[in-house]
Amino acid sequence: MTAGPFVVGVDVGGTYTDVFVLNAVTGAVSVTKVPSTRDDQSRGFVEGIAQRIADFAGISTVIHGTTVGTNALLERKGARTGIITTEGFRDVLEMRRRDRPTTWGLKGSFEPVVERTNRLEVRERVLADGSVLQPVDTDEVKQRATELVAAGCEAVCVFFVNGYANRSNEMLAVEAVRSVWPNPYVTAATEILPEIREFERLSTATLNAYLQPVVSSYLDRLTSGLNDRSFNGDVLIVQSNGGVMSVDSAKHYPVRTALSGPAAGVISAAAIAEAAGFENIITCDMGGTSFDVSLLSDGKAALAAQTSIDFGMVVRTPMIEITTIGAGGGSIASIDKSGLLQVGPESAGSDPGPVCYGLGNDRPTVTDANLVLGRINPDRPIGGKLAHLDIDAVRLAVASQIGEPLGIDIEAAAEAILRVANAKMAGAIRLVSIERGHDPATFAAMPFGGGGALHTGALIKEVGLGSAIVPRYPGVTSALGCVVADMRHDRVQTVNRMLDDVDAGEIGREMEAIAGETETLLHAAAITFIAVDRLYEFDMHYLGQTHTVSVPVEIPADGLTRDIIQTAFEAAYLEAFGRLLAGIPMRIVSYRIAVIGRRPKFDMSVFAPIDGKSSEACITAKRQVYADGAFHDAPVYERLQLAIGSRITGPALLEQPDTTIFVDPGLEARVDGYGNLIIKPLAE
Amino acid sequence: MAIDPVTLAILKGRLEQIADEMDAVLFRSAFNPIIAEAHDASHGIYDAKSGKTLVQGKSGLPIFVGVMAFGVKAVIDKAATQDGVHEGDVWIFNDPYDGGTHLSDFRLVKPVFSKGEVFCWLASVGHWHDVGGNVPGNYNPAATECFQEGMLIPPVKLYDKGVYRQDIIDILSANSRQPMSLFGDLNGQINALELGVKRMTSLLEAYGDDMISECFEELQARAATMMRAQIESLPSGTVSAEDYLDNDGIHDEPLKIALDMTIEGDRMVLDFTRSSPACMGPVNISRSTCIAACYVALKHVFDDVPANAGVLEPVEFQIDDDSLLAVTAPKPVGGYTETILRLIDVVFQAIAQLRPESAMACAYGTINALSLAGHRSDGRRWVMFSFFGGGHGAHSSGDGLNHGNAPISTATIPPLEILEAAYPVRFTQWALRPDSGGPGEYRGGLGAIYEIELLEEQADVFLFGERGRFPPRGVVDGMPAALNQFAFEQDDGWHAPPMASKMVDIDIRRGQKVRLETPGGGGYGLPSKRSPATVAHDVALGYIGREAAARDYGVVIAADGTVDVTANKERSTSEASNT
Repeated sequence: MTAGPFVVGVDVGGTYTDVFVLNAVTGAVSVTKVPSTRDDQSRGFVEGIAQRIADFAGISTVIHGTTVGTNALLERKGARTGIITTEGFRDVLEMRRRDRPTTWGLKGSFEPVVERTNRLEVRERVLADGSVLQPVDTDEVKQRATELVAAGCEAVCVFFVNGYANRSNEMLAVEAVRSVWPNPYVTAATEILPEIREFERLSTATLNAYLQPVVSSYLDRLTSGLNDRSFNGDVLIVQSNGGVMSVDSAKHYPVRTALSGPAAGVISAAAIAEAAGFENIITCDMGGTSFDVSLLSDGKAALAAQTSIDFGMVVRTPMIEITTIGAGGGSIASIDKSGLLQVGPESAGSDPGPVCYGLGNDRPTVTDANLVLGRINPDRPIGGKLAHLDIDAVRLAVASQIGEPLGIDIEAAAEAILRVANAKMAGAIRLVSIERGHDPATFAAMPFGGGGALHTGALIKEVGLGSAIVPRYPGVTSALGCVVADMRHDRVQTVNRMLDDVDAGEIGREMEAIAGETETLLHAAAITFIAVDRLYEFDMHYLGQTHTVSVPVEIPADGLTRDIIQTAFEAAYLEAFGRLLAGIPMRIVSYRIAVIGRRPKFDMSVFAPIDGKSSEACITAKRQVYADGAFHDAPVYERLQLAIGSRITGPALLEQPDTTIFVDPGLEARVDGYGNLIIKPLAE
Repeated sequence: MAIDPVTLAILKGRLEQIADEMDAVLFRSAFNPIIAEAHDASHGIYDAKSGKTLVQGKSGLPIFVGVMAFGVKAVIDKAATQDGVHEGDVWIFNDPYDGGTHLSDFRLVKPVFSKGEVFCWLASVGHWHDVGGNVPGNYNPAATECFQEGMLIPPVKLYDKGVYRQDIIDILSANSRQPMSLFGDLNGQINALELGVKRMTSLLEAYGDDMISECFEELQARAATMMRAQIESLPSGTVSAEDYLDNDGIHDEPLKIALDMTIEGDRMVLDFTRSSPACMGPVNISRSTCIAACYVALKHVFDDVPANAGVLEPVEFQIDDDSLLAVTAPKPVGGYTETILRLIDVVFQAIAQLRPESAMACAYGTINALSLAGHRSDGRRWVMFSFFGGGHGAHSSGDGLNHGNAPISTATIPPLEILEAAYPVRFTQWALRPDSGGPGEYRGGLGAIYEIELLEEQADVFLFGERGRFPPRGVVDGMPAALNQFAFEQDDGWHAPPMASKMVDIDIRRGQKVRLETPGGGGYGLPSKRSPATVAHDVALGYIGREAAARDYGVVIAADGTVDVTANKERSTSEASNT
């Protein structure tokens, strides 16, 4: 590890760049928020750090959660990319898995990120058993590569059918491409994902190629921006799987940053929760248009095998499982043709935003409903973008568009909007908890982002959660997550053989060898770890099934055996479906390896309020707040001044620069030793 | 006490979540890829007495949405003839004339009890891999009676008051070529029902029976209200649409599907009486299937109306008893998918006349059930069975989707690498099919080309397809898409099936191939209204050929790919005269 006391976490979001600075020697922390520079995110990034640290030579590590990759995918702003593929298969990317965007209505469309003219074929063929039917002609590959250069492509993905079973043709082709087109942006599909299923592999690899030039040039600008200020430490990038990787790895595998930002938030939640003594957490990130939920059981986040960034844009790499629903502060409330109140999925976003912003939207949103009910202070909007909120326009919109059609008064209408929105959010929480067999009473909700803490109380009641934990700085959670994330690399390999036919010992040795290689990669970055863990997992099923269950195993010193694998499979299957299928043979579809470098623990007690005041002394005002069908006189507290151990009974509002917290009637809030606010139902 | 609209909105979400969760459990635990990958299954909640659809999952197969209600009713009626309904009962059946579709679709139906009474029913339906009959995979285009299509099981109890009846499983297993797959799928459906009962029971505890009952009624009333409002927005009067099936697989004569759609204020009459009578081959359907198909078509047109029985409340059906749309046992119904796709096509064509500004053209309109079956060198039997994709119709706001799934389904296609790993075949082509989308101001989506080579000594090939003689139509002056084309290779060269897209037991040998070229979707609007630049772009991408550009669009593309302005002069004149 290089000298310098500072470890810096930076999360670049759509509106703000959050910077979190830790002095590893003194333990002191500071946070700052600067506007994001959308044209070149690296500028705001460097300026944000400079606000807190004068001499960048004092920084040992900068860890970064980025949305550059995500945005390039969503806005289709990746590089012009070509595909070189097996003869007969140039349309795999465009044909997808023969799906459609919506079940009802047949008006969907799809445009692949690589145009048909830039998808070229060569003669070659590998069969499913790995045998080479036709060797690749490298001259033909060179010819195709030259055509792609002429077409203005900056990146290329080489993808051959059945490459997962034998990658020799693909490797020869990649070499041939590089020999005529020296280019760092050549992706071999099997290098990104040596897993069966051609569309998922090609889509993931193509998106990787598509992102490489964009993400690489961004990271180059970033590192040179830092170096210009005499920074000589390490830069690490947060991956979708919640671990960090080096800049070199990120340039090589940019598709692994697809969910970098949200993943950092979840990692942070895990660390805060662990310090506060909570093992089971449901994170709730409420933005302008969406509500993201993630579940941490026993302190660990569930990983999903793949996700779709947009229709037909499949990314298959392990990533923290985040369930998103269309319910955010900007979600629009309306009455449908059958007279039913709907909230979302249509959203006013942040521009024009809710009616109260006065920027042109006249349809009421969730934020507007919070304003009508007194839960938001019209004279102290969070985020600092506006000085004042237009409450009169909001009242008119809620009354005329919701209240009158439903025949209820304005407060009842606003509360109805919140109830429907809360029910949708509760549904998302139920989806990740109850539906996966977890008891919600043993979980705490952790809101982060600006708007979540207004709804936490309602979610506790609606889903039956045990409690909620509001971090001290919910607005900068993702930046904190950067600082605490471990380094992690995942590998996968398709096996596709019956358990009875495999040499378990041999497979075990293979897995250990890959883990060894991966660990070398870990140590290539000059980062200190307190431990390195290896996780081994099989994807298995009964012969005849196509979906798999994840089967974690440990490889004992004297080697893996079939019995160990079978016992582990049966335990996992029983857990998932409640019944085993006797007499049906089992198959190993693939194995997965994760190598995790554990970084030093971060002392969360630095967030503890110093010289806090009694709760009475923190009251700044009283406001009329409407809840459960009536107005209440609710005190307003300055949250950050509350001393450890302060207790507040709902209804109450707690304000701080980056969020507002509403403690519903019947709930009680307490400040813990780490500055978190713990909200629970009042003891009977 | 009237249920308040906010609680109603909340309960609607909770109930849909239960049905969705049942879908998810079956998809994850099913054995055969038709359920696990292609999602040919569905779950829902049904009325205690009438069996009407109350709530349906979002991810299940759309066609089952409507038809399951008839299946639950069949169980209710059967139970009434016996000793009634008991807690712990689970009924199983696949009778296609009594609330079924075709024999491959097995239904499991289970009552949810509250306070000693049936509160509602839960049902699970899934397409099993093989249920006996003459043809592996059960798409038998030569069937003249349902007995040649597979085993027919009327509603019987799989669980009797909670006691599992192994004898029923033994009967089912003995009648399938794939008993292990059958057993696995059956277990998945039981998993789904058990979960559904658990979730429904806890919802009843939280909100009370009365509140939930009222919610069911109110949701149906609101769907009906919304549907009436939609119908009322259409101009009153009668429009007609006719389309054809190639043949019934036995006699090579076209079969007519004719619709006279009448709008009278807020009511809609769907009159199919001019359609062909029942046929000898397996493209007949039962009355309940016909109604369910119209439900699917109307849901595509009015996609914001909630999915429950209320949708059909303002719709009246006229279907003759001797029609191919209302057959009874033992008329064969195995190819029901083809007929209901044609029903959806005529509904789309009729709606396009009433409201061209939001119309959709016909999608590719055939399921193309293709199976290759044989024995490996070690004697093991293999059956590769899959449905293939095609183009979606163009619509008032854009071109049709390339390579989509059928409107009756949300099925995805299995990866070719999975098929190659599982069966002795090799795909030599898996590509979009140029010139297959119907020309129009908006072009129909492209169909696909799948070419498969056999890697074992011998295989029998079966195909059940349609649209080999009558292409998917365009709407609002849009043109039809390309025909479905199938060819197979034998020692003496390539052949086409005698019945266009239907054939049984074709013998092919190692190294020989079969080739399926599927239709695209129909076009929307006059092709002459498509801008020459857009046509040139289609040519550059290879979506359409140069000849088609000139013939169908009147756009001449020069050798360098640009629009030949001089040659296109004539087009601008004719364009002007068209508008």
